[in-house]
Amino acid sequence: MIERFDAIVIGAGMAGNAAAFTLASRGLSVLQLERGEYPGAKNVQGAILYANMLEKIIPDFREDAPLERHVVEQRFWFMTERAHTGMQYRSEEFNEERPNRYTIIRSQFDRWFSKKAQEKGAILLTETTALELVQDAYGKVIGVRTDRAGGTIMADVVVLAEGVNGLLGTRAGLRKTPKADQVALAVKEMHFLAPEIIEQRFNIQGDEGVVIEAAGAVSEGMAGMGFLYTNKESVSIGIGCIVSDFAETGTSPYQLLEKFKKHPSIRPLLEGSEVKEYAAHLIPEGGFKAVPKLFGNGWVVVGDAAQLNNAVHREGSNLAMTSGRLAAEAIFQIKSRREPMTADNLSLYEKMINDSFVMKDLKKYKDMPALLHTQSQNLFLTYPQLVSTAMENFLRVDGTPKVDKEKATVSALKAKRGWTGLVGDAVRVARAWR
Amino acid sequence: MSDGPKVRVEEKLQYNRYLVDPGKPHIAVAPHETPSRNLQAMTTICPAGCYANTATGQVEVVADGCMECGTCRILLEPSGEITWSYPRGGYGVLFKFG
Ligand SMILES: Cc1cc2nc3c(=O)[nH]c(=O)nc-3n(C[C@H](O)[C@H](O)[C@H](O)COP(=O)(O)OP(=O)(O)OC[C@H]3O[C@@H](n4cnc5c(N)ncnc54)[C@H](O)[C@@H]3O)c2cc1C
Ligand code: SF4
Repeated sequence: MIERFDAIVIGAGMAGNAAAFTLASRGLSVLQLERGEYPGAKNVQGAILYANMLEKIIPDFREDAPLERHVVEQRFWFMTERAHTGMQYRSEEFNEERPNRYTIIRSQFDRWFSKKAQEKGAILLTETTALELVQDAYGKVIGVRTDRAGGTIMADVVVLAEGVNGLLGTRAGLRKTPKADQVALAVKEMHFLAPEIIEQRFNIQGDEGVVIEAAGAVSEGMAGMGFLYTNKESVSIGIGCIVSDFAETGTSPYQLLEKFKKHPSIRPLLEGSEVKEYAAHLIPEGGFKAVPKLFGNGWVVVGDAAQLNNAVHREGSNLAMTSGRLAAEAIFQIKSRREPMTADNLSLYEKMINDSFVMKDLKKYKDMPALLHTQSQNLFLTYPQLVSTAMENFLRVDGTPKVDKEKATVSALKAKRGWTGLVGDAVRVARAWR
Repeated sequence: MSDGPKVRVEEKLQYNRYLVDPGKPHIAVAPHETPSRNLQAMTTICPAGCYANTATGQVEVVADGCMECGTCRILLEPSGEITWSYPRGGYGVLFKFG
């Protein structure tokens, strides 16, 4: 017997759950395949959840979603080996009734989100790896083959929500394997601490949370960033850099993480914690120029598998959820018109995503990934060091006349980058930011 | 560049849960005489320390501690230097927190 569904969704991560939930709520028959023992068993994130994009799918999610803390304070740190220069934003406005950003723990969150999709009628098969797409003689995708006995399942359309390593799509030639300069490798650890200790150390109360993002010497000249997020009774700490930089330098990611944890500005925040997990995952960072073809005969691709990730703002999950929802809405519209899932009809999904913040944001920063890569030595090592030297000159009181200190700061800047270098860097960053 | 005592990857992997599929490794290195630069780099950049040099200078993989991140896939699968698949459904790393 060959089973048949309106749609098969590959993956029960952010994009897959958003798609399965939306399709099932509209009354379509949905089968969702997940290779992990449970949804989330394979998934890693910082993790910040952006409420707005989830509200569009599950408006009352705050009632029972496993949320850790809502973020009231963001710290950006420019790091040298022994110092950091910080910019900090904290606002009581973030203590609103429906907060905008929460920290979450992905493995727990994914289980909750998937349960919501199942309550709407989606059928979930875990511990099932989809091995390949089944195509008809004309190349139309008509189903998938799995690693379960007799595991071929048919559907009108397959939603590829298979994450950054999307093997099904690359094996079928629908898109290429991302290049080493289009993905970052992140490693992270979960450090457990009593909630009272977290609240004291980070100057927060109740469910308030803090985010620290750290750039500079911590990435040893590679394009990358460290991060620290407060959860209810744990702190997520990690660091990620572009894979081609790792490959060129041969840097060990866990030594890098270890060094970040021991930085004098970070170490006291983790003091006495109990580590309970060490994880690694890729993040798509190629931006707009790396986005592959999003649809074809009988298939659409959503989330990380489609490189929909905004590296500048560290957003991925919200783009994943939004692309999953839009793909599902497009499929529902085609289905309601009783039309087939051809590439022509499914181009509706691309149109919807081009009109959304997803593509508009990616387009805005289309030159950023290349800039970060080619200028990584300057942006991640030279400038943080210069800022730090300027701060130290400004603050240290040692009898040197202030005029001489300012001169020293300016000549340090000039010596390191030269006027043309400085102006050039400023113009390049401004252009990429526009 | 980093100084101080090095951490051993085994100390980190011990926190994690794995279900190993015995006799069915999901990554294999193709036979070679001298490893390419990227293949050699895997001996230091794999976050789970799965790659190592053999006594005769080749690079081998033991993927039991693999976190399925895909870094080696990005660097070596397109050139055919390794084959890379997911473990069978339910096997491999099991993140409790992620
Ligand atoms: C360290 C880190 C920090 C991050 N921080 C943030 C953040 O703070 N905020 C934010 O918005 N984003 C963040 N991101 C990005 C975010 O995690 C991703 O954009 C998001 O998870 C993408 O969702 P997805 O559903 O596309 O992919 P995934 O969440 O990776 O889901 C893919 C799913 O498909 C399954 N699967 C894959 N192939 C198969 C197959 N063949 N058969 C069956 N199942 C399969 C996988 O097991 C997995 O469950 C971060 C990422 C990392 C790594
Ligand atoms: S997938 Fe990641 S953890 Fe596994 S062997 Fe490759 S680089 Fe190492």
